[in-house]
Amino acid sequence: MRRVVITGSGTINALGHDVPKTLEAMREGHCGIGLLDIRDVDRLAIKIGGQVTNFDEHTHFNRQQISLFDRFTQFTILAAAQAIHEAGLTFLGALADRSGVVLGTSGGGLNTQDESYRAVYEEGKNRVHPLIVPKLMNNAAASHVSMQYNLRGPSFTVATACASSNHAMGQAFMLIRSGMADVMVTGGSEAMLCFGGVKAWEGLRVMSKDACRPFSANRNGMVQGEGAGVFVFEDREHAMKRGAVILAEVAGFSMSSDASNIVTPSTEGAARAIAGALRDANLNCEDVGYINAHGTGTAANDKTECAAVKNVFKAHAEKLMISSTKSMHGHLIGGTGAVELLACIMALRDGIIAPTIGYEKPDPECALDVVPNIAREAKVIATLSNAFAFGGLNAVIALKSA
Amino acid sequence: MNITVQVIGIVAQQALLQPSDVKIEHTLEDLGIDSLGLVESIFAIEEAFDITVPFNANDPSGSDFDITSVGSIIKAVQTLVQDQT
Repeated sequence: MRRVVITGSGTINALGHDVPKTLEAMREGHCGIGLLDIRDVDRLAIKIGGQVTNFDEHTHFNRQQISLFDRFTQFTILAAAQAIHEAGLTFLGALADRSGVVLGTSGGGLNTQDESYRAVYEEGKNRVHPLIVPKLMNNAAASHVSMQYNLRGPSFTVATACASSNHAMGQAFMLIRSGMADVMVTGGSEAMLCFGGVKAWEGLRVMSKDACRPFSANRNGMVQGEGAGVFVFEDREHAMKRGAVILAEVAGFSMSSDASNIVTPSTEGAARAIAGALRDANLNCEDVGYINAHGTGTAANDKTECAAVKNVFKAHAEKLMISSTKSMHGHLIGGTGAVELLACIMALRDGIIAPTIGYEKPDPECALDVVPNIAREAKVIATLSNAFAFGGLNAVIALKSA
Repeated sequence: MNITVQVIGIVAQQALLQPSDVKIEHTLEDLGIDSLGLVESIFAIEEAFDITVPFNANDPSGSDFDITSVGSIIKAVQTLVQDQT
């Protein structure tokens, strides 16, 4: 089987509009969560989120592009441009045919849907913009990236709620590993911070009104975020031959299904995905120094996840570090695993472990080293990134240092 | 219709039972209502009484809305309805 490496990375999220700014914010334990600035926010019970601020679509896109690019596509295109630029690749000829795009999203063009429903139902209009369908479809972002960069190989979109981007990156990894593609642009994007997007989440009564405090005994729920994370995955030999800078190796991937409940997570299902990723990457428990947790800040996820980590890692669970960067950028739903993979790369490359901020009170059910509040320096050779979705669909990625 | 009868009706519908089978001392667990059934019941209560129920599934004891039993839910709804008028 071929080995797969990461040669490019890009992002836009509440912590920053690129990778250096995002990593700097993670190092400093900066919180990107604040008051939402969206239409009709006064009618919401939940008024906070990890919103992308200082963002004007007109500075990045022309009128014609804006009529086709929902906010989730805009985020994707900006992050993909950074990643492909960093990788230094141009897709021509045979390479173009052996390169593709696999992206995750849960809501797709949700802002477009929200605005269009508002137009027909609230404002009573009988006409909507003619390009609504290609703008809101979940594969719009993947398609626009393929068109912009001439990626003519396997491309598609994966939707598994909060695990979408981990599942997407797993597919990209397997496509290269198996020899079906040489380069894959992959990651995920979400732009759910609109009235309907937040209103729907309110109903589940799992949202915090004040902060995301993963693993803290006084945690009271999740906080939504938005943005994108995009990477260039590449056949290792291909990358070495052209002298590319390798950010990390994608060492393994695993998926599992709880097959039990549509919202309640299962320790057993999560543990199977974690153990599967270790096995696939040929790693021993002791090799893993850092786990980027799913860590949503809900009562159910955090204790289930800690129990799963303990079950798999046994004594080593006490020694490894596990943090949830959702405390800083919020939960990007279908894009979250992609932004969180950046924390794993930072751990491997820079030896800096992103903290879990907002941590106030130990919870005996989450008694692991959650790197509370302050980033830490540590040498790490392998990391995991967890994602456990509603619907019980789990996806865990293992990275090794280059 | 009084609040007790209405709340019992909502809970019974969620539990797929006849209202006469729902007792004041029953817990939601007794009735087979899980976390999803709970948020659906709260939604139905909010709609029926035009009130806002302060309930966070991450912190059930953090609000005054006591879900220990059918009786405690009725009492909590009575308080909310009273506060509203």
